[in-house]
Amino acid sequence: MPLNAIDKELLKTIADLHNIPSGAFNIRKDGQGVDRRSSAHIQVIPKTDRPGINIFVSPGTKNEAVHIPVLITLSGIVDVVYNTIEIGEGADVTVVAGCGIHNPGSKKAQHDGIHEIIVRKGARMKYVEKHYGEGDGTGERVLNPKTILVMEMDSVVEMELTQIKGVDSTVRDTKAKLAERASLTIIERLMTHGHQEAVSDMLIELEGENCSAKVISRSVAKDDSKQVFRPVMLAKASAKGHVECDSIIMNRARISSSPAISAEHPDAQLTHEAAIGKIAEEQLMKLETLGLSEKEAEDVILRGFLQ
Amino acid sequence: MLKIQSLNLDVSNGTDEVSILKNINIELEDNKFYALTGPNGGGKTSLARAIMGIYKATGGKIYLDDVDITDFTITERAKAGISYAFQNPPRFKGLKVKDLLKISSSGEEDTAYARLRAVGLCPQDYLDRECDASLSGGEIKRIELATVLSRPSRIVIYDEPEAGVDLWSFEKLLSLIKKYHLRGGITSIVITHHEKVISLADEIILMAEGEIKERGPREEMWDALKGDFKCRWQQNCGGDEDAVECYR
Repeated sequence: MPLNAIDKELLKTIADLHNIPSGAFNIRKDGQGVDRRSSAHIQVIPKTDRPGINIFVSPGTKNEAVHIPVLITLSGIVDVVYNTIEIGEGADVTVVAGCGIHNPGSKKAQHDGIHEIIVRKGARMKYVEKHYGEGDGTGERVLNPKTILVMEMDSVVEMELTQIKGVDSTVRDTKAKLAERASLTIIERLMTHGHQEAVSDMLIELEGENCSAKVISRSVAKDDSKQVFRPVMLAKASAKGHVECDSIIMNRARISSSPAISAEHPDAQLTHEAAIGKIAEEQLMKLETLGLSEKEAEDVILRGFLQ
Repeated sequence: MLKIQSLNLDVSNGTDEVSILKNINIELEDNKFYALTGPNGGGKTSLARAIMGIYKATGGKIYLDDVDITDFTITERAKAGISYAFQNPPRFKGLKVKDLLKISSSGEEDTAYARLRAVGLCPQDYLDRECDASLSGGEIKRIELATVLSRPSRIVIYDEPEAGVDLWSFEKLLSLIKKYHLRGGITSIVITHHEKVISLADEIILMAEGEIKERGPREEMWDALKGDFKCRWQQNCGGDEDAVECYR
Protein backbone atom coordinates (compact mmCIF):
# COMPACT_ATOMS: atom_id res chain seq x y z
CA MET A 1 0.00 0.00 0.00
CA PRO A 2 1.65 3.26 -1.07
CA LEU A 3 1.96 6.04 1.50
CA ASN A 4 0.01 9.21 0.83
CA ALA A 5 0.97 12.76 1.76
CA ILE A 6 -0.71 12.57 5.18
CA ASP A 7 1.06 9.31 5.98
CA LYS A 8 4.41 10.75 5.00
CA GLU A 9 3.85 13.86 7.09
CA LEU A 10 2.92 11.74 10.11
CA LEU A 11 5.95 9.51 9.59
CA LYS A 12 8.20 12.53 9.43
CA THR A 13 6.77 13.90 12.65
CA ILE A 14 6.80 10.75 14.74
CA ALA A 15 9.79 8.90 13.36
CA ASP A 16 11.86 11.44 11.42
CA LEU A 17 11.20 9.31 8.35
CA HIS A 18 10.76 10.88 4.95
CA ASN A 19 9.91 7.61 3.29
CA ILE A 20 10.20 3.86 3.79
CA PRO A 21 13.23 3.37 6.04
CA SER A 22 16.23 1.32 5.14
CA GLY A 23 16.84 -1.66 7.40
CA ALA A 24 14.21 -3.49 9.41
CA PHE A 25 10.82 -1.91 9.84
CA ASN A 26 7.11 -2.44 10.24
CA ILE A 27 4.60 0.24 9.31
CA ARG A 28 1.09 -0.23 10.62
CA LYS A 29 -1.77 1.89 9.34
CA ASP A 30 -5.42 1.95 10.39
CA GLY A 31 -5.21 -1.41 12.12
CA GLN A 32 -3.31 -3.27 9.41
CA GLY A 33 0.29 -3.88 8.46
CA VAL A 34 1.23 -1.73 5.46
CA ASP A 35 4.74 -2.89 4.86
CA ARG A 36 7.38 -4.86 6.68
CA ARG A 37 10.97 -5.83 6.20
CA SER A 38 13.50 -7.85 8.18
CA SER A 39 17.23 -7.35 7.95
CA ALA A 40 20.04 -9.87 8.29
CA HIS A 41 20.16 -9.32 12.05
CA ILE A 42 16.69 -8.09 12.91
CA GLN A 43 13.66 -10.31 12.28
CA VAL A 44 10.23 -8.69 12.12
CA ILE A 45 7.55 -11.38 12.27
CA PRO A 46 3.77 -10.93 12.57
CA LYS A 47 2.07 -12.52 15.55
CA THR A 48 -0.37 -15.28 14.71
CA ASP A 49 -2.53 -15.20 17.84
CA ARG A 50 -3.27 -11.45 18.03
CA PRO A 51 -2.47 -8.22 16.22
CA GLY A 52 1.14 -7.18 16.45
CA ILE A 53 4.67 -8.25 15.68
CA ASN A 54 7.61 -10.05 17.22
CA ILE A 55 10.99 -8.46 16.75
CA PHE A 56 14.14 -10.47 17.36
CA VAL A 57 17.45 -8.68 17.34
CA SER A 58 20.30 -11.17 16.99
CA PRO A 59 22.96 -11.22 19.70
CA GLY A 60 25.86 -8.92 18.92
CA THR A 61 23.97 -6.77 16.39
CA LYS A 62 25.55 -3.33 16.39
CA ASN A 63 24.47 0.10 15.20
CA GLU A 64 21.23 -0.97 13.57
CA ALA A 65 17.77 0.47 13.95
CA VAL A 66 14.27 -0.89 13.60
CA HIS A 67 11.33 1.42 12.91
CA ILE A 68 7.84 0.37 13.96
CA PRO A 69 5.59 3.42 13.52
CA VAL A 70 1.81 3.28 13.68
CA LEU A 71 -0.45 5.59 11.70
CA ILE A 72 -4.15 6.17 12.24
CA THR A 73 -5.82 8.22 9.53
CA LEU A 74 -9.47 7.18 9.84
CA SER A 75 -12.11 8.26 12.30
CA GLY A 76 -13.82 5.61 14.42
CA ILE A 77 -10.86 3.24 14.67
CA VAL A 78 -9.70 1.55 17.88
CA ASP A 79 -6.43 -0.17 17.10
CA VAL A 80 -4.93 -2.42 19.75
CA VAL A 81 -1.54 -3.89 18.98
CA TYR A 82 0.79 -6.20 20.92
CA ASN A 83 4.46 -6.03 20.06
CA THR A 84 7.19 -8.15 21.59
CA ILE A 85 10.77 -7.04 21.18
CA GLU A 86 13.80 -9.08 22.18
CA ILE A 87 17.23 -7.51 22.04
CA GLY A 88 19.84 -10.25 21.93
CA GLU A 89 22.91 -10.44 24.17
CA GLY A 90 25.50 -7.80 23.52
CA ALA A 91 23.48 -6.06 20.81
CA ASP A 92 23.39 -2.28 20.49
CA VAL A 93 20.34 -1.03 18.58
CA THR A 94 17.79 1.74 18.30
CA VAL A 95 14.06 1.09 18.26
CA VAL A 96 11.95 3.89 16.84
CA ALA A 97 8.30 3.45 17.70
CA GLY A 98 5.61 6.12 17.86
CA CYS A 99 2.12 6.80 16.67
CA GLY A 100 0.59 9.59 14.67
CA ILE A 101 -3.16 10.10 14.44
CA HIS A 102 -4.81 12.17 11.74
CA ASN A 103 -8.47 12.16 12.67
CA PRO A 104 -10.57 13.70 9.90
CA GLY A 105 -13.99 12.83 11.37
CA SER A 106 -16.23 13.14 14.38
CA LYS A 107 -15.58 9.71 15.88
CA LYS A 108 -12.80 8.74 18.21
CA ALA A 109 -9.53 7.44 16.79
CA GLN A 110 -7.57 5.38 19.30
CA HIS A 111 -4.36 3.42 19.40
CA ASP A 112 -3.38 1.22 22.32
CA GLY A 113 0.15 -0.07 21.87
CA ILE A 114 1.32 -2.75 24.27
CA HIS A 115 5.05 -3.32 24.06
CA GLU A 116 6.86 -6.09 25.89
CA ILE A 117 10.58 -5.60 25.64
CA ILE A 118 13.31 -7.84 26.92
CA VAL A 119 16.87 -6.62 26.77
CA ARG A 120 19.28 -9.49 27.18
CA LYS A 121 22.55 -9.59 29.08
CA GLY A 122 24.96 -6.81 28.15
CA ALA A 123 22.72 -5.41 25.40
CA ARG A 124 22.02 -1.73 24.82
CA MET A 125 18.84 -0.26 23.43
CA LYS A 126 17.77 3.25 22.65
CA TYR A 127 14.01 3.42 22.45
CA VAL A 128 12.36 6.47 20.90
CA GLU A 129 8.60 6.86 20.99
CA LYS A 130 6.81 9.96 19.78
CA HIS A 131 3.08 10.58 19.86
CA TYR A 132 1.27 13.15 17.82
CA GLY A 133 -2.28 14.03 16.87
CA GLU A 134 -3.79 16.23 14.18
CA GLY A 135 -6.74 16.46 11.81
CA ASP A 136 -9.66 18.76 11.20
CA GLY A 137 -12.26 16.42 12.66
CA THR A 138 -13.90 16.84 16.04
CA GLY A 139 -13.30 13.22 16.97
CA GLU A 140 -10.99 12.51 19.90
CA ARG A 141 -7.42 11.37 19.32
CA VAL A 142 -6.50 8.85 21.98
CA LEU A 143 -3.18 7.12 22.58
CA ASN A 144 -2.60 4.63 25.37
CA PRO A 145 0.91 3.18 25.32
CA LYS A 146 1.84 0.40 27.68
CA THR A 147 5.47 -0.65 27.94
CA ILE A 148 6.75 -3.59 29.94
CA LEU A 149 10.53 -3.65 30.03
CA VAL A 150 12.70 -6.44 31.40
CA MET A 151 16.39 -5.69 31.62
CA GLU A 152 18.89 -8.46 32.18
CA MET A 153 22.23 -7.98 33.89
CA ASP A 154 24.59 -5.33 32.49
CA SER A 155 22.04 -4.11 29.98
CA VAL A 156 21.60 -0.41 29.24
CA VAL A 157 18.39 1.23 28.05
CA GLU A 158 17.62 4.82 27.22
CA MET A 159 13.98 5.62 26.53
CA GLU A 160 12.72 8.88 25.08
CA LEU A 161 8.96 9.11 25.39
CA THR A 162 7.52 12.22 23.81
CA GLN A 163 4.00 13.48 23.31
CA ILE A 164 4.42 16.32 20.86
CA LYS A 165 0.89 17.71 20.71
CA GLY A 166 -2.63 17.07 19.52
CA VAL A 167 -3.39 14.04 21.69
CA ASP A 168 -6.71 14.51 23.47
CA SER A 169 -6.31 11.74 25.95
CA THR A 170 -3.46 9.51 26.95
CA VAL A 171 -2.85 7.01 29.70
CA ARG A 172 0.79 5.99 29.65
CA ASP A 173 1.80 2.93 31.63
CA THR A 174 5.47 2.08 31.86
CA LYS A 175 6.88 -0.78 33.91
CA ALA A 176 10.51 -1.85 34.16
CA LYS A 177 12.47 -4.48 36.07
CA LEU A 178 16.22 -4.21 36.29
CA ALA A 179 18.70 -7.01 37.03
CA GLU A 180 22.28 -6.69 38.28
CA ARG A 181 24.17 -3.63 37.04
CA ALA A 182 21.47 -2.77 34.52
CA SER A 183 21.08 0.93 33.80
CA LEU A 184 17.89 2.64 32.69
CA THR A 185 17.24 6.25 31.75
CA ILE A 186 13.73 7.40 30.89
CA ILE A 187 13.19 10.89 29.53
CA GLU A 188 9.53 11.75 29.22
CA ARG A 189 8.36 14.93 27.50
CA LEU A 190 4.76 15.81 27.31
CA MET A 191 2.70 18.74 26.15
CA THR A 192 -1.04 19.14 26.51
CA HIS A 193 -3.30 21.95 25.41
CA GLY A 194 -7.00 22.67 24.96
CA HIS A 195 -8.98 20.24 27.10
CA GLN A 196 -6.51 17.37 26.75
CA GLU A 197 -5.78 14.97 29.55
CA ALA A 198 -2.64 12.97 30.18
CA VAL A 199 -1.83 10.40 32.83
CA SER A 200 1.59 8.84 33.17
CA ASP A 201 2.13 5.94 35.53
CA MET A 202 5.52 4.34 35.96
CA LEU A 203 6.81 1.56 38.14
CA ILE A 204 10.55 1.00 38.03
CA GLU A 205 11.71 -1.98 40.08
CA LEU A 206 15.40 -2.10 40.90
CA GLU A 207 15.87 -5.80 41.61
CA GLY A 208 19.54 -6.46 40.90
CA GLU A 209 22.60 -5.40 42.87
CA ASN A 210 24.16 -2.14 41.64
CA CYS A 211 21.54 -1.45 39.02
CA SER A 212 20.44 2.15 38.52
CA ALA A 213 17.58 4.11 37.01
CA LYS A 214 16.86 7.73 36.32
CA VAL A 215 13.48 9.11 35.31
CA ILE A 216 13.29 12.67 34.04
CA SER A 217 9.84 13.93 33.20
CA ARG A 218 9.29 17.37 31.71
CA SER A 219 5.89 18.64 30.76
CA VAL A 220 4.00 21.71 29.68
CA ALA A 221 0.28 22.06 30.37
CA LYS A 222 -1.52 24.85 28.55
CA ASP A 223 -5.11 26.10 28.36
CA ASP A 224 -7.53 23.87 30.27
CA SER A 225 -5.54 20.67 30.03
CA LYS A 226 -4.81 18.26 32.87
CA GLN A 227 -1.77 16.15 33.63
CA VAL A 228 -1.12 13.52 36.26
CA PHE A 229 2.31 12.00 36.91
CA ARG A 230 2.81 9.05 39.22
CA PRO A 231 6.30 7.63 38.75
CA VAL A 232 7.32 5.11 41.41
CA MET A 233 10.86 3.86 41.96
CA LEU A 234 11.14 0.74 44.07
CA ALA A 235 14.54 -0.55 45.16
CA LYS A 236 14.73 -4.18 46.24
CA ALA A 237 18.53 -4.31 46.20
CA SER A 238 21.58 -2.14 46.68
CA ALA A 239 20.73 0.16 43.81
CA LYS A 240 20.47 3.81 42.87
CA GLY A 241 17.44 5.62 41.55
CA HIS A 242 16.36 9.16 40.86
CA VAL A 243 12.99 10.54 39.78
CA GLU A 244 12.53 14.09 38.62
CA CYS A 245 9.28 15.69 37.48
CA ASP A 246 9.39 19.23 36.23
CA SER A 247 6.35 20.96 34.78
CA ILE A 248 5.46 24.34 33.37
CA ILE A 249 1.86 25.29 34.01
CA MET A 250 0.01 27.90 31.96
CA ASN A 251 -3.43 29.42 31.69
CA ARG A 252 -6.03 27.34 33.55
CA ALA A 253 -4.23 24.00 33.33
CA ARG A 254 -3.95 21.56 36.22
CA ILE A 255 -1.01 19.32 37.05
CA SER A 256 -0.59 16.72 39.72
CA SER A 257 2.89 15.32 40.17
CA SER A 258 3.61 12.65 42.75
CA PRO A 259 6.97 10.97 42.30
CA ALA A 260 7.45 8.24 44.86
CA ILE A 261 10.45 6.28 46.05
CA SER A 262 10.36 3.13 48.06
CA ALA A 263 13.26 1.05 49.39
CA GLU A 264 13.34 -2.54 50.58
CA HIS A 265 17.09 -2.74 51.00
CA PRO A 266 19.32 -0.87 53.47
CA ASP A 267 21.87 0.08 50.79
CA ALA A 268 19.37 1.52 48.36
CA GLN A 269 19.90 5.16 47.41
CA LEU A 270 16.82 6.85 46.03
CA THR A 271 16.03 10.49 45.45
CA HIS A 272 13.14 12.36 43.93
CA GLU A 273 12.14 15.90 43.16
CA ALA A 274 9.16 17.59 41.60
CA ALA A 275 8.48 21.15 40.53
CA ILE A 276 5.49 22.86 38.96
CA GLY A 277 5.61 26.50 38.02
CA LYS A 278 4.96 29.06 35.36
CA ILE A 279 7.63 30.38 33.01
CA ALA A 280 9.93 32.62 35.02
CA GLU A 281 9.50 36.31 34.20
CA GLU A 282 13.27 36.77 34.14
CA GLN A 283 13.57 34.14 31.42
CA LEU A 284 11.00 35.90 29.26
CA MET A 285 12.61 39.26 29.84
CA LYS A 286 16.09 37.99 29.06
CA LEU A 287 14.97 36.73 25.65
CA GLU A 288 13.04 39.92 25.02
CA THR A 289 16.22 41.91 25.66
CA LEU A 290 17.70 39.89 22.81
CA GLY A 291 14.94 41.11 20.51
CA LEU A 292 12.31 38.37 20.72
CA SER A 293 8.66 39.24 21.26
CA GLU A 294 7.00 37.87 24.38
CA LYS A 295 5.28 35.15 22.33
CA GLU A 296 8.51 34.20 20.56
CA ALA A 297 10.33 34.10 23.90
CA GLU A 298 7.64 31.85 25.37
CA ASP A 299 7.86 29.49 22.39
CA VAL A 300 11.65 29.30 22.65
CA ILE A 301 11.48 28.54 26.38
CA LEU A 302 8.85 25.83 25.95
CA ARG A 303 10.62 24.28 22.97
CA GLY A 304 13.88 24.20 24.90
CA PHE A 305 12.22 22.79 27.99
CA LEU A 306 10.74 19.92 26.02
CA GLN A 307 13.79 19.53 23.77
CA MET B 1 22.14 60.16 22.85
CA LEU B 2 20.06 58.68 25.65
CA LYS B 3 18.08 61.31 27.49
CA ILE B 4 16.16 60.65 30.68
CA GLN B 5 13.77 63.27 31.95
CA SER B 6 12.06 63.38 35.35
CA LEU B 7 12.03 59.60 35.60
CA ASN B 8 10.24 58.11 38.59
CA LEU B 9 9.70 54.52 39.59
CA ASP B 10 7.36 53.69 42.45
CA VAL B 11 6.59 50.18 43.62
CA SER B 12 4.19 48.87 46.18
CA ASN B 13 5.56 46.92 49.13
CA GLY B 14 2.12 45.63 49.97
CA THR B 15 1.01 48.51 52.11
CA ASP B 16 2.80 51.61 50.83
CA GLU B 17 4.18 53.03 47.61
CA VAL B 18 7.95 53.18 47.74
CA SER B 19 9.95 55.45 45.46
CA ILE B 20 12.78 53.49 43.88
CA LEU B 21 13.81 56.15 41.37
CA LYS B 22 13.23 59.80 42.16
CA ASN B 23 13.22 62.44 39.48
CA ILE B 24 16.14 61.11 37.43
CA ASN B 25 17.41 63.60 34.86
CA ILE B 26 20.44 62.66 32.84
CA GLU B 27 21.85 62.77 29.32
CA LEU B 28 24.23 60.04 28.24
CA GLU B 29 26.33 60.94 25.23
CA ASP B 30 27.23 58.71 22.32
CA ASN B 31 30.51 56.80 22.49
CA LYS B 32 31.05 57.49 26.17
CA PHE B 33 31.88 54.93 28.82
CA TYR B 34 29.97 55.52 32.06
CA ALA B 35 30.50 53.90 35.44
CA LEU B 36 27.27 53.87 37.42
CA THR B 37 28.14 53.31 41.03
CA GLY B 38 26.91 53.82 44.55
CA PRO B 39 25.74 51.86 47.57
CA ASN B 40 23.52 48.78 47.38
CA GLY B 41 19.86 49.65 47.10
CA GLY B 42 20.67 53.04 45.63
CA GLY B 43 18.68 52.45 42.41
CA LYS B 44 21.39 51.56 39.89
CA THR B 45 19.86 48.31 38.68
CA SER B 46 16.38 49.83 38.76
CA LEU B 47 17.54 52.66 36.52
CA ALA B 48 19.18 50.17 34.14
CA ARG B 49 16.03 48.08 34.04
CA ALA B 50 13.89 51.16 33.48
CA ILE B 51 16.09 52.08 30.50
CA MET B 52 15.74 48.52 29.12
CA GLY B 53 11.98 48.58 29.72
CA ILE B 54 12.02 45.72 32.21
CA TYR B 55 10.63 48.11 34.81
CA LYS B 56 7.90 50.42 33.65
CA ALA B 57 8.56 53.94 34.86
CA THR B 58 5.69 55.53 36.77
CA GLY B 59 6.61 58.99 35.49
CA GLY B 60 8.99 60.77 33.18
CA LYS B 61 10.36 60.21 29.72
CA ILE B 62 13.19 58.35 28.02
CA TYR B 63 14.47 59.44 24.62
CA LEU B 64 16.89 57.65 22.35
CA ASP B 65 18.19 60.04 19.69
CA ASP B 66 15.17 62.28 20.30
CA VAL B 67 12.76 59.38 19.79
CA ASP B 68 10.46 58.96 22.76
CA ILE B 69 10.90 55.31 23.77
CA THR B 70 9.09 55.60 27.11
CA ASP B 71 6.25 53.39 25.94
CA PHE B 72 8.43 50.97 23.97
CA THR B 73 8.36 47.34 25.08
CA ILE B 74 11.56 45.52 26.02
CA THR B 75 11.62 43.97 22.54
CA GLU B 76 11.22 47.33 20.81
CA ARG B 77 14.01 48.82 22.89
CA ALA B 78 16.23 45.84 22.09
CA LYS B 79 15.53 46.33 18.41
CA ALA B 80 16.31 50.03 18.79
CA GLY B 81 19.79 49.01 19.94
CA ILE B 82 19.63 48.85 23.73
CA SER B 83 21.27 45.83 25.35
CA TYR B 84 21.37 44.76 28.96
CA ALA B 85 23.65 42.19 30.58
CA PHE B 86 21.86 40.85 33.63
CA GLN B 87 23.58 40.83 37.00
CA ASN B 88 22.14 37.39 37.71
CA PRO B 89 21.32 35.92 34.31
CA PRO B 90 18.40 33.49 34.34
CA ARG B 91 19.01 29.85 33.62
CA PHE B 92 17.01 27.88 31.07
CA LYS B 93 16.31 24.18 31.32
CA GLY B 94 16.76 22.57 27.95
CA LEU B 95 17.93 25.68 26.14
CA LYS B 96 21.48 25.24 24.92
CA VAL B 97 24.24 27.82 24.81
CA LYS B 98 24.15 27.68 21.01
CA ASP B 99 20.39 28.39 21.05
CA LEU B 100 20.90 31.56 23.07
CA LEU B 101 23.78 32.69 20.90
CA LYS B 102 21.78 32.06 17.76
CA ILE B 103 19.00 34.29 19.05
CA SER B 104 21.33 37.03 20.22
CA SER B 105 23.31 37.13 17.00
CA SER B 106 20.22 36.87 14.76
CA GLY B 107 21.68 33.77 13.16
CA GLU B 108 25.19 35.23 12.68
CA GLU B 109 26.68 32.21 14.39
CA ASP B 110 30.31 32.93 13.52
CA THR B 111 30.07 36.23 15.38
CA ALA B 112 28.43 34.55 18.35
CA TYR B 113 31.04 31.79 18.51
CA ALA B 114 33.81 34.37 18.31
CA ARG B 115 32.22 36.18 21.26
CA LEU B 116 32.04 32.93 23.20
CA ARG B 117 35.74 32.42 22.60
CA ALA B 118 36.39 36.00 23.59
CA VAL B 119 34.77 35.51 27.00
CA GLY B 120 37.08 32.56 27.55
CA LEU B 121 34.74 29.68 26.75
CA CYS B 122 35.65 27.15 24.08
CA PRO B 123 32.69 26.73 21.67
CA GLN B 124 33.45 23.04 21.30
CA ASP B 125 32.96 22.53 25.03
CA TYR B 126 30.02 24.84 25.59
CA LEU B 127 27.75 25.12 22.55
CA ASP B 128 25.79 21.97 23.41
CA ARG B 129 25.69 22.62 27.15
CA GLU B 130 22.31 23.50 28.62
CA CYS B 131 22.05 26.95 30.20
CA ASP B 132 20.83 25.36 33.42
CA ALA B 133 22.11 24.78 36.92
CA SER B 134 24.93 22.60 35.59
CA LEU B 135 26.78 25.78 34.64
CA SER B 136 28.61 27.68 37.35
CA GLY B 137 27.77 31.28 38.18
CA GLY B 138 30.92 32.44 36.44
CA GLU B 139 30.18 30.42 33.31
CA ILE B 140 26.60 31.67 33.01
CA LYS B 141 27.85 35.22 33.50
CA ARG B 142 30.33 34.86 30.66
CA ILE B 143 27.68 33.38 28.40
CA GLU B 144 25.49 36.36 29.29
CA LEU B 145 28.26 38.67 28.20
CA ALA B 146 28.74 36.71 24.97
CA THR B 147 25.04 37.05 24.12
CA VAL B 148 25.09 40.79 24.71
CA LEU B 149 28.31 41.33 22.76
CA SER B 150 26.88 39.33 19.84
CA ARG B 151 24.16 41.92 19.33
CA PRO B 152 24.38 45.05 17.26
CA SER B 153 23.93 47.65 20.00
CA ARG B 154 23.92 51.40 20.48
CA ILE B 155 23.59 51.41 24.24
CA VAL B 156 25.01 48.56 26.31
CA ILE B 157 24.29 48.31 30.03
CA TYR B 158 26.37 45.86 32.05
CA ASP B 159 24.96 45.12 35.48
CA GLU B 160 27.87 44.33 37.78
CA PRO B 161 29.94 42.32 35.29
CA GLU B 162 32.41 41.57 38.08
CA ALA B 163 29.87 39.71 40.22
CA GLY B 164 30.52 35.97 40.33
CA VAL B 165 33.54 36.10 38.04
CA ASP B 166 36.96 35.03 39.28
CA LEU B 167 39.67 37.67 39.50
CA TRP B 168 41.74 36.16 36.69
CA SER B 169 38.85 36.10 34.23
CA PHE B 170 37.56 39.46 35.34
CA GLU B 171 40.57 41.32 33.92
CA LYS B 172 39.99 39.67 30.54
CA LEU B 173 36.26 40.37 30.54
CA LEU B 174 36.88 43.96 31.44
CA SER B 175 39.32 44.38 28.63
CA LEU B 176 36.77 42.78 26.30
CA ILE B 177 34.08 45.24 27.40
CA LYS B 178 36.45 48.12 26.79
CA LYS B 179 37.53 46.72 23.42
CA TYR B 180 33.91 46.32 22.36
CA HIS B 181 33.26 49.90 23.44
CA LEU B 182 36.20 51.23 21.48
CA ARG B 183 34.83 49.80 18.24
CA GLY B 184 32.78 52.97 18.27
CA GLY B 185 29.14 53.88 18.05
CA ILE B 186 28.41 52.44 21.46
CA THR B 187 27.50 54.05 24.75
CA SER B 188 28.57 51.79 27.59
CA ILE B 189 27.04 51.98 31.04
CA VAL B 190 28.62 49.72 33.61
CA ILE B 191 27.01 49.29 37.00
CA THR B 192 29.88 48.49 39.28
CA HIS B 193 31.47 48.58 42.70
CA HIS B 194 34.87 47.79 41.32
CA GLU B 195 37.61 50.35 41.19
CA LYS B 196 39.16 48.80 38.08
CA VAL B 197 35.95 49.24 36.13
CA ILE B 198 35.55 52.79 37.36
CA SER B 199 39.10 53.56 36.30
CA LEU B 200 38.13 52.85 32.67
CA ALA B 201 35.17 55.21 32.62
CA ASP B 202 34.96 58.57 30.95
CA GLU B 203 32.38 59.64 33.48
CA ILE B 204 31.22 58.47 36.87
CA ILE B 205 27.61 58.63 37.97
CA LEU B 206 26.98 58.21 41.66
CA MET B 207 23.53 56.99 42.70
CA ALA B 208 22.11 56.65 46.18
CA GLU B 209 18.63 56.63 47.66
CA GLY B 210 17.09 56.46 44.20
CA GLU B 211 18.70 59.67 43.06
CA ILE B 212 21.67 60.71 41.02
CA LYS B 213 23.79 62.37 43.66
CA GLU B 214 26.68 63.39 41.49
CA ARG B 215 28.17 62.92 38.06
CA GLY B 216 31.24 64.12 36.31
CA PRO B 217 34.46 63.25 34.53
CA ARG B 218 36.33 60.41 36.16
CA GLU B 219 39.40 62.52 36.89
CA GLU B 220 37.34 65.02 38.85
CA MET B 221 35.30 62.53 40.85
CA TRP B 222 37.92 59.89 41.43
CA ASP B 223 39.49 61.01 44.73
CA ALA B 224 36.23 62.04 46.28
CA LEU B 225 34.69 58.74 45.35
CA LYS B 226 37.57 56.71 46.75
CA GLY B 227 37.22 58.60 50.01
CA ASP B 228 33.50 57.86 50.02
CA PHE B 229 34.14 54.14 49.47
CA LYS B 230 36.65 54.03 52.23
CA CYS B 231 34.37 55.83 54.62
CA ARG B 232 31.44 53.53 53.86
CA TRP B 233 33.47 50.38 54.13
CA GLN B 234 35.09 51.42 57.31
CA GLN B 235 31.60 51.88 58.69
CA ASN B 236 30.39 48.54 57.40
CA CYS B 237 33.50 46.60 58.29
CA GLY B 238 34.11 48.17 61.67
CA GLY B 239 37.14 50.10 60.59
CA ASP B 240 38.93 47.08 59.16
CA GLU B 241 41.54 48.48 56.77
CA ASP B 242 42.11 45.05 55.20
CA ALA B 243 38.48 44.89 54.21
CA VAL B 244 38.81 48.27 52.55
CA GLU B 245 41.83 47.09 50.59
CA CYS B 246 40.13 43.84 49.75
CA TYR B 247 37.15 45.73 48.44
CA ARG B 248 39.45 47.51 46.03
